[in-house]
Amino acid sequence: MSFEKVKLILVEELDLDAEEVTLESKIKEDLGADSLDMVDLIMSIEDEFDIKVAESDAASIKTVGDIVTYIENYNA
Amino acid sequence: MKVAIVTGAGRGIGRCIAEALAKANYSLVLNYRKNEDELKAFVDEIGADALLVKGDVSSFEDAEHLAKAAFDHFGRIDLLVNNAGITKDTLLVRMSEEDFDAVNNTNLKGTFNCTKHVAKIMFKQRFGSIVNISSVVGISGNIGQANYAASKAGVIGFTKAVARELAPRGVRVNAVAPGFIATHMTDVIDETVKQATLSNIPMGKFGEAEDVANLVVFLASEQAKYITGQVVQVDGGMAM
Repeated sequence: MSFEKVKLILVEELDLDAEEVTLESKIKEDLGADSLDMVDLIMSIEDEFDIKVAESDAASIKTVGDIVTYIENYNA
Repeated sequence: MKVAIVTGAGRGIGRCIAEALAKANYSLVLNYRKNEDELKAFVDEIGADALLVKGDVSSFEDAEHLAKAAFDHFGRIDLLVNNAGITKDTLLVRMSEEDFDAVNNTNLKGTFNCTKHVAKIMFKQRFGSIVNISSVVGISGNIGQANYAASKAGVIGFTKAVARELAPRGVRVNAVAPGFIATHMTDVIDETVKQATLSNIPMGKFGEAEDVANLVVFLASEQAKYITGQVVQVDGGMAM
């Protein structure tokens, strides 16, 4: 499932504990990502799921759930 | 082990940079378009640990392949030297659209292409250094080189923008602006033009490829760890 993979990426990139990451977590506010971390994260998501996140879409990603939804809709 | 990619390493300044980096114990990834046998012989001669990757930097796909091949082979990239460059000199009124595009596609877009793909890797690594070869012509202009001057000035703006973007990730980006360096590229210049140029160089002589290579090695080194976004001229005082 996408959430588990996304969680793994977040844990690794932001140096978090797995329990901290939920679908509702706000990536910047709750997980402490800065704007460069966001770019880093989007690049990792693109590589892992073999997708391309448009700049305009990247800006609207706020929560972990937003990422998961994006990936699932992308492949739909 | 440190790993450096040098574009346009087939001859001239690029090859000299490759040699200087090999001496500084870098493993090399050498991009070239022509002169494969000559480059192979050169690598054997200097005994460098080198991966040769043929490709045209003006191609986005070739540049992507270069970065990927380098990372797949060595597992890290410490340095990218965007050196590949061409000239198609003629007066503006005689300059074709193709002359302008060809020079900008290799010199400026090629720098973008390679930097984009390598920066992605460096961004993740959180270390690395990029040195772009500009030209003093990009600073002061030169008759017959509107296309070349535009491309090299473009490289300077590009260097500064990317330096700002990558600095928080520990990646430094600088440009080197050579003046008149004796290579095949300058061999084709008319003798009277050479003499006129010489009179504008305070040090009274042309530079050598090694003068540029030494600076590249320095800018890539730990000794230059607080230097980013700079344009350093190697021109015997030609433009001040």
